[in-house]
Amino acid sequence: MYKQMIIIRRMEMAADALYKAKKIRGFCHLSVGQEAIAVGIENAISKEDDVITSYRCHGFTYMRGSSVKEVLGELMGRRIGVSNGKGGSMHMYADGFYGGNGIVGAQVPLGAGLAFAHQYRGKKNCTFTLYGDGAANQGQVFEAFNMAKLWNLPCVFACENNKYGMGTSASRSSAMTEYYKRGQYFPGLKVNGMDILAVYQASKFAKDWAISGNGPLLLEYETYRYGGHSMSDPGTTYRTREEVQNMRSRNDPIAGLKGHLLDFEIATEEEIKSFDKAARKYVDEQVKLAEAAPEPEKKMDILFEDVYVPGSEIPILRGRIRDDSWDFAKKGFAYR
Amino acid sequence: MVSNIAKTANLASSVLKSSVAQSLKINHPLSQSVRSAGTAAGATTITVRDALNKAMEEELDRDPDVFLMGEEVAQYNGAYKISRGLLDKFGPHRIIDTPITEMGFTGLCVGAALSGLKPICEFMTINFAMQSIDQIINSAAKTFYMSGGKQPCNITFRGPNGAAAGVAAQHSQDYSAWYGSIPGMKVISPFSAEDYRGLIKAAIRDPNPVMFLENELLYGESFELSEEAASPDFVIPIGKAKIEREGTDVSVISHTRNLLFCLEAAKVVKEKYGVSVEVLNLRSIKPLDLDAIFATVKKTGHAITVEAGFPGFGVGSEICAQVMESEAFDYLDAPIERITGCEVPTPYAKSLEDFAFPDTPTVVRGIEKVLSLGEWA
Repeated sequence: MYKQMIIIRRMEMAADALYKAKKIRGFCHLSVGQEAIAVGIENAISKEDDVITSYRCHGFTYMRGSSVKEVLGELMGRRIGVSNGKGGSMHMYADGFYGGNGIVGAQVPLGAGLAFAHQYRGKKNCTFTLYGDGAANQGQVFEAFNMAKLWNLPCVFACENNKYGMGTSASRSSAMTEYYKRGQYFPGLKVNGMDILAVYQASKFAKDWAISGNGPLLLEYETYRYGGHSMSDPGTTYRTREEVQNMRSRNDPIAGLKGHLLDFEIATEEEIKSFDKAARKYVDEQVKLAEAAPEPEKKMDILFEDVYVPGSEIPILRGRIRDDSWDFAKKGFAYR
Repeated sequence: MVSNIAKTANLASSVLKSSVAQSLKINHPLSQSVRSAGTAAGATTITVRDALNKAMEEELDRDPDVFLMGEEVAQYNGAYKISRGLLDKFGPHRIIDTPITEMGFTGLCVGAALSGLKPICEFMTINFAMQSIDQIINSAAKTFYMSGGKQPCNITFRGPNGAAAGVAAQHSQDYSAWYGSIPGMKVISPFSAEDYRGLIKAAIRDPNPVMFLENELLYGESFELSEEAASPDFVIPIGKAKIEREGTDVSVISHTRNLLFCLEAAKVVKEKYGVSVEVLNLRSIKPLDLDAIFATVKKTGHAITVEAGFPGFGVGSEICAQVMESEAFDYLDAPIERITGCEVPTPYAKSLEDFAFPDTPTVVRGIEKVLSLGEWA
């Protein structure tokens, strides 16, 4: 788990640098400081369980099986990216990982639907449906809660409370900030999201709870992001530098696990250094590979690909001008 | 188990619905004006409601991944009785009643579809789907593309679209144009029982998100169903329009219930002026059957479009633009005239509601205009 966390940390830091170098465009929401959640959950569940989250999804994409190259490739809009360069930062998918969702809160009913599918098929699997403190007030979240409890769905609703919804602190957005209690009629647990062992244990407990027919559970992972909401937010206009520094120096999940590893003599200082070195080397390599990879070809058939499932396309999709319309049967321009 | 209250409610509602349907029943001999798909021998008559019910039943039978979810679809047997008997046959595992939480249950259905199931997500009316529109468009329609082709979404959204009778502004809007503009969606608007049957099967089997727009006032209408159409694998390809009436002088291009008025109007102008009207049933809004539209326009040289949506940015607007941009433009002897819903939130009083949507006299006026007849002679 230590190795996984440091890879995610390095990957996100690489993304930060690439964004500043203008190699990544648009939105980029980093999870530096929140690594324990993606890593802890993945270690507690199986490949047959699902995870769905919002746009702060890079760590989860990696943990669910994509390589760092594929994640960074997607961020840079390259063809080798997770979504072939078509999605970007917020729209990454993997086996058992349903994104990567850009609309705040929309992923929560989707997650209930994924859990519904497990139940429908009679599978003993669960779905971790993550959302933030900002999304926790969305009406559709409560609609999902209601159906999950009504139908006893194996859905773990997990609020990653990093205390700020963009620039708005939880206390300025929420009449009640005890998010683990928001599932009024089903139980909730508050978890220290900066302590990976707590995250791991809580996630295991939640999975067991959900697959044993107890219906939904609400986990509130209390966590913190060192960076801003996204790359266009310095993250210092609505909170003090002291607060950020304090969290970094006293509550960092990686440093915390490192401390345990040393205290319990599971690893030596040298071994940990070698893990760090290996992670840096791996991420650096992957960055290079991703940077060298080409963008999708500037061709109309690539542009129009995957609007519909191949073989079931509508006959013609229109370009910016009628002449640029694409005919799928012809595999060429429709009107030229 | 249906409670006594529910039973009484069912009875009351079915009496009400049938009496409303009766009072609105226009005297149109549909069996004669609609061409049947196959031979007359072996043909039956069926209502749209029963056609939909039977088709869904067959698809539920055929594929265990298909399920129906929506308000009142199970115990109530469907707000409009479209899902009558399905709960009894398939059980609560496959036919699921939801709370009144459109955004939530639509998202839940989309999530189930992402997981590989094949939901039929019913909206009591498509007006209520506005609550869910983010899930329909952003979570369903766009996902296959955003995921670079990794994450398909085989979901069918369905429900009555457009006006009923006297249900006023919030319950009467026609959303064909809204969904028709979205890449990644397919949009179907059937007319006859055969259309409903063949196209709901196509929609459920189609691996993309499909919006299946029904019409409440058509549910009680009876149509002839050919023997061929009665086969369980009878599927009409999405995107193919149908000539409901062949003609030579003017093309009337329309969809859903409006076709009743178009077919009536065709008779009226035939009698009055000897004009031969070709009526094209679009069946599909996205994709539009452009080949069929261009062919009929080239054949007759005159065209009108008839739809019930608001006039601006509508299905008719799109057809006019498409024709104008194509080689069919050169065959037009007059500009295309659009007949649409009226640009008002639908009024309640019948005297005013009568002005809100196309009817036979209005379609007749449209035909007269493009052919320079009547007041335009």
